[in-house]
Amino acid sequence: MTDAPKRTPLYDLHVELGGKMVDFAGWDMPVQYPMGIMGEHKHCREKAALFDVSHMGQVILTGENLGEKLETICPQAYATLKEGKARYGFFTNPEGGIMDDLIVSNAGDHFFVVVNASMRHQDIPHMKANLDGVEVTEIFDRALVAVQGPKAEDVVGELCPAARDMKFMETTVADINGVECRISRLGYTGEDGYEISIPEDKAEAVARAFLAHEDCEPAGLGARDSLRLEAGLCLYGNDIDNSTSPIEASLSWAIEKRRKEEGGFPGADRVQRELAEGAAKKLVGIKPEGRAPARQHVEIQDLDGNTIGEITSGGFGPTVGGPVAMGYVAKGHGDAGEKVNLIIRGKVQPAEVVALPFVQQNYKR
Amino acid sequence: MTTYYSEEHEWLTVEGDVATIGITQHAADQLGEVVFIEQKEADDEFEKGDEIGVIESVKAASEIYAPVDGTVVEVNEDLEGNPGSLNESPESNAWIYKIKLADASQLDDLMDLDGYKAFIG
Repeated sequence: MTDAPKRTPLYDLHVELGGKMVDFAGWDMPVQYPMGIMGEHKHCREKAALFDVSHMGQVILTGENLGEKLETICPQAYATLKEGKARYGFFTNPEGGIMDDLIVSNAGDHFFVVVNASMRHQDIPHMKANLDGVEVTEIFDRALVAVQGPKAEDVVGELCPAARDMKFMETTVADINGVECRISRLGYTGEDGYEISIPEDKAEAVARAFLAHEDCEPAGLGARDSLRLEAGLCLYGNDIDNSTSPIEASLSWAIEKRRKEEGGFPGADRVQRELAEGAAKKLVGIKPEGRAPARQHVEIQDLDGNTIGEITSGGFGPTVGGPVAMGYVAKGHGDAGEKVNLIIRGKVQPAEVVALPFVQQNYKR
Repeated sequence: MTTYYSEEHEWLTVEGDVATIGITQHAADQLGEVVFIEQKEADDEFEKGDEIGVIESVKAASEIYAPVDGTVVEVNEDLEGNPGSLNESPESNAWIYKIKLADASQLDDLMDLDGYKAFIG
């Protein structure tokens, strides 16, 4: 990409708040603010943090039988997604790999879809080409912000009382500061919280209103990554990609029983085979025993020195207070408690397979 | 006692043929919060440009490259238990090594404080 990075409607606010701006997937985004990644991360776990996620692709689907049609390109049971509900899912390719992960919300007269910033260029044409009779409209005039943390309900609820009554994975439209916003109770941190789609010309005012709450501080992409890692949530491009299947990625929970049995989505034969016979590898949590972070591409060995896999995401977990990682290990490995070795810069570092997440998820069910 | 600076954002304070080495405040600010440091051991020898350690911040891993040839004579072992001191006092308490210089003439390739300030802009 040679074009100058694009700016979200909150760009000026980021700069004013002292955000350190970096090019992320073609967008000029704050990686951190003066508080720093560690402080922002902890603030989100203890109080509330505001993230700009406007770089993500917001898409409106309109037409008949939207859920049924999405089922032809996703393994999720979107045909039975009730109005006012959101559901995590992914597009699969004919080989059963994951093309991208996404959130689909049933907004009544339309479906609202959010896809990864880095995959917008693929996902929009993919939906247009494969959803017959569906109008696929990418939204360019709305910001998307996330308010996450145990105080998120207070921060958002103060301006929008209706938000307090929502449960995890519910979505609605409500006024915030006199602006009609789409509010969904979900996120990417493992904490309670909301993602809020706001008309771009009102986004800064709404963001400032959230930040005016004493418990809400801005947080950047750095904290977003360490929070999702501790929460055991996959990052597309690191932990899941075109070659990894949902079963390998330990995302079996995101495919409903009916779809597992009936198939009818791209790559269903592979998914069903791996469900029956086990996958060649699987994604697990890895806890290094020492202090050295194990980052992406670090080799995982068994105690006999055989290569059994690779770290796909790793770093320092501020809430855990030490290094945390996720990676794939070959079939026959990966039970919680298994001791493994990580090869970090040529040195053997002991580690253990652990159940994900590293920190308890605090969703409002 | 003279202090030199490298383009890799290290400082060296030289007394006789021994130099104390660390990273500059500018480097520490760029790295972000340091969570781990991997250091060499006393008596390890190295040449200019060799990797002589790794600093891991919450963001990324960054190598420390030797600014001159030398031998490690002392390692600041406090850093292992308190890597965050590299953010707080990288140019004083959080020195990384004391080294014996192999070739003092290599110091001529390094910058003085004014040169370094101009270098980082």
